Amino acid sequence: MRRIEPAAVAGVMSREVANFRTFWKATTFSSTLEPIVYLLAFGLGLGATIVDDIDGLRYVEFVGTGMVATAVIFSSAMPAMFGTFVKERFQRTYDAILAAPVDPEELVTAEMLWIAIRASVFGTFPLLVTIAFGLDPKPAMLLVPFFCLITALGFAAFGIAVAASVAKIDHFNYVTTLVITPLFLVAGTFFPIDRLPEGFQWAAQLNPLHHLVELVRGTAFGFEAVDLVRVAVLLAFSVALWRVAVRRMERRLID
Amino acid sequence: MDDAPTLYAGPVTELAATRAAGAAADRADGRPAAIELRGVVKRFGPITAVDGLDLDVPEGICLGLLGPNGAGKSTTMRMLTGQAIPDDGLIRVLGRTLPKESKEARAEMGVVPQLDNLDIDVTVEENLAVFARLYRVKDVKAAVERCLAIARLEDRRRDAVDKLSGGMRRRLLLARGLVHRPRLLLLDEPTVGLDPQVRTEMWSLIDGLREEGATILMSTHYIEEAERLADEVALMANGRVIARGKPAELVREHAGERTAEVYGPPPRLEEVRARAEGAGLRVRPAGPAVAIVGSERAPDGAVPEGAIVRAANLEDVFVLLTGEEAD
Repeated sequence: MRRIEPAAVAGVMSREVANFRTFWKATTFSSTLEPIVYLLAFGLGLGATIVDDIDGLRYVEFVGTGMVATAVIFSSAMPAMFGTFVKERFQRTYDAILAAPVDPEELVTAEMLWIAIRASVFGTFPLLVTIAFGLDPKPAMLLVPFFCLITALGFAAFGIAVAASVAKIDHFNYVTTLVITPLFLVAGTFFPIDRLPEGFQWAAQLNPLHHLVELVRGTAFGFEAVDLVRVAVLLAFSVALWRVAVRRMERRLID
Repeated sequence: MDDAPTLYAGPVTELAATRAAGAAADRADGRPAAIELRGVVKRFGPITAVDGLDLDVPEGICLGLLGPNGAGKSTTMRMLTGQAIPDDGLIRVLGRTLPKESKEARAEMGVVPQLDNLDIDVTVEENLAVFARLYRVKDVKAAVERCLAIARLEDRRRDAVDKLSGGMRRRLLLARGLVHRPRLLLLDEPTVGLDPQVRTEMWSLIDGLREEGATILMSTHYIEEAERLADEVALMANGRVIARGKPAELVREHAGERTAEVYGPPPRLEEVRARAEGAGLRVRPAGPAVAIVGSERAPDGAVPEGAIVRAANLEDVFVLLTGEEAD
């Protein structure tokens, strides 16, 4: 592996920051409003009418803490997929960046980092909203941005790898339907995994979002020893996907 | 130094004096090569885009890489920036061997792409600042000011790029390529798709760089652009250089002194062509006419009366050697 120069990574990230300043309001608006809508619909709606509590937790708190993972995947994998594809194919941004002393590995690393930092901020919004709905704030919740960051790094890398692999932007529909939606539904956000058939429970252990959901609930309701394994799994997931994304982008960008 | 609106201030500035004096009879003589390509081959599946290309660009000259679409110019440019890896051959840029030392070479070269890839929602100065950071420029602010002066966009610095005219955007692209004072500048079809007025503006800027001694490799398929700006022209076709020299020398060598253009209905043009070729002259299509190249050597009767005789030019050479109509 070649040496990654921090200056190159910082340079690419500075471009992202400059662009983000032009559209942050719209992104932040949707990232704030979406968890409120979900909490109203599921937490209060479903919680008040069908499900009262789950394992002693108020349903709004169960869903609110789980929604952190939903916010993370939608603010990391999706912008990584669409953003990367548009910059590579339509805006030719990467041609300009790679003509400078920046290698694909540095480019991918910078893009991942920036997306993950954003997602780790947006990921905390549902938690803040849930606190507004009555969840008791705990000091351990300060770890939530870190858990979001390590998860978002992996999903940003996943999005970049997908963008570097598809021929057309329409192909993202397959990925959204076949990968992202199942991951987000079987993460334990809306219902507990241990009430699913055994096969699904095993599959959920392979789902990084499930580990994030459990870690966030750990910050609110108490950690378990297995949570250290969950952190390790998320770190391994992000490192593995980072290498895949670098490899895919090198193949896409260098003829 | 940074706040002066100098177009270029690389280490070969002293060559400007040579140019101004017009004393460089052969600019390539004795100068180290900024770019060396030896037997470079690049294939895309069954297509060989670059086919054994040999090319030297000595420091301090502007070399026009002229050729029809598909000649291999853009692939050559991409190989020089490390964005395409040759299947065979040797590439050295500014003393660095590619692709291994591509990053070091890129740090010292500026690239102006064919397609506008500015960030359109971002301000003019932020576009420049981002690239100053990518090139590790120490004084970003000073570099931005210098480039704003080059692009003559000081009063538009806080405007988003999508508020600029096409000409302004092109000037900004060129200035962005100079943000780190590169030793070598690659211009990939710098005026393609521009209207004549904007093209002339760009030519003035590029000519300013030449005058200051920049080493420039400029790919183009516009004959006039190569004729006006390039110290030397390398004519590419089918992935190779098929002719190289100063524009006037190429014209003299391949097209002689004069060209006679004959207009008329197609049967008459066929007749003129047959007679000229029968007399050993070279004939090329020229839109609605045929052009008899080297007409000064024509025997009596080979050039019909009423033909328009003009000085031979690079377009004659281009069409004769590539078989393609010029733009």
